Amino acid sequence: MSTETQSFKGVGTPTTRMYGLLAVIALGWVFLGGLFFTPEDAVQGDAVRIMYVHVPTAWVAYLAFIVTGVASACWLIGKKHSMGFDRVAGASAEVGVLFMAMTLLSGSLWGRITWGTFWVWDPRLTTTAFLFVTYLGYLAVRGLGGTAQQRARRSSVIALLAVLEIPLVHFSVVLWRSLHQRATVLSPDGDIKMDGLMLFTLLFGVFGFTVLFAWLVSHRQRILAMQDAQQTSALDAAVTERLKEVQA
Amino acid sequence: MNMSTSRIARAVASKDLRIELRSRVVTNQVLPFSGLVMIMFAFALDNDDVLQRVAGGLVWLATLFSLFILVQRTFAVETYDGALDSLRVAGVNPQGIFIGKAIALFVQLIVLESMLFIAAIVLYRVNVNGSGLVLLVTCVLCATAGLAFVGTLYGGLTAGARGRETLLPLLLLPVVAPVLICATRATESAFRSGGLTVGEGWPWVAVLAVFAAVFGLGGLLSFSSLIEE
Repeated sequence: MSTETQSFKGVGTPTTRMYGLLAVIALGWVFLGGLFFTPEDAVQGDAVRIMYVHVPTAWVAYLAFIVTGVASACWLIGKKHSMGFDRVAGASAEVGVLFMAMTLLSGSLWGRITWGTFWVWDPRLTTTAFLFVTYLGYLAVRGLGGTAQQRARRSSVIALLAVLEIPLVHFSVVLWRSLHQRATVLSPDGDIKMDGLMLFTLLFGVFGFTVLFAWLVSHRQRILAMQDAQQTSALDAAVTERLKEVQA
Repeated sequence: MNMSTSRIARAVASKDLRIELRSRVVTNQVLPFSGLVMIMFAFALDNDDVLQRVAGGLVWLATLFSLFILVQRTFAVETYDGALDSLRVAGVNPQGIFIGKAIALFVQLIVLESMLFIAAIVLYRVNVNGSGLVLLVTCVLCATAGLAFVGTLYGGLTAGARGRETLLPLLLLPVVAPVLICATRATESAFRSGGLTVGEGWPWVAVLAVFAAVFGLGGLLSFSSLIEE
């Protein structure tokens, strides 16, 4: 027990430091490029700058939920039920929820400027909102308490059920919307002609936010590992103490 | 001694239904509650034409509200004195428990929905013709099967957990959103509200059937991991 607790000296490693540095550089460029260097859009004007955050955060949020699903499946299928998979699943879902909140927020701000409304009942938006709520529920399940094994078992099943749920939600919302008038002035799928620098900034944003995701998840899962280790060591200490009492 | 899954399912279902029949919680509390919800909708919307138009959606919303109470109840009887643990210790097949509890929930929901549809006909002045009734009955059967499976699945997960009263709706609502969408559209077609025809309702019933099949299968596969502690 003592070796496990002592092996943690801070949560940084050379790898995480590299992720952090890359993320800072990439996001620094996105900040400068997105706000100052790139031209404004012919149709959307300055509102297009929201895209440099909106698109990468949406991508990262979806990536995070894929990571959670895959890690949960690995935990369930793996013979050893390695807790590392469970912690990655949890950390990734937490970061995913954060990024999805940023996506929904930046998207609705952009919608207000461009479409004149914060929200449209578009299948993609609606599915995204449901994905957000579903993973809030997933995090709530992780917080239910019990041993690390119980948490891992419950949450991995929930994560895989979410994989079943999301396509069904998406499909029924598509069907629902297809029978109604489109509420939007401008289609959310409207193609935007992009100049080179804009595309570069956008792609760099995707890269930067992905590295940021990796950075946050690796730190977060190490903190989770420390919390689990602390719980076990506290239990071990209590057991040793009790044994001493009995022997005395 | 190895009981077959179907025998366990039957035993669990009849036990649950007998408890409900004798405790009368469903008839004395849940049914009046959902009836009240229907009346409250009428107060909130305060317009006969609107009520007639949205009657289908209101019936299914009232069903969902009551679903939370029913699911909580169906697992409260299992956790009060550790009945679920005893069942597991006794080596009872979890799939049998899952099917049994889902059947009991299905029967209770059907009773509830029948009452809600009668309330809609009386209070909201909707009317159903012969072919509409066929659509409505099929829709109710498929939607209820889906709700019963999902309810049992997530009810089993939150059974015995702290704060389950608030956690269950948070988990369950996003999952049952497709049922709300599809069952509402199918019911509106059956009522022919807003100029819909009965034929337009059938594709929605197909989605409901897929939903029930997916979560029935998902529940069979995962229920044992969820209640195993």
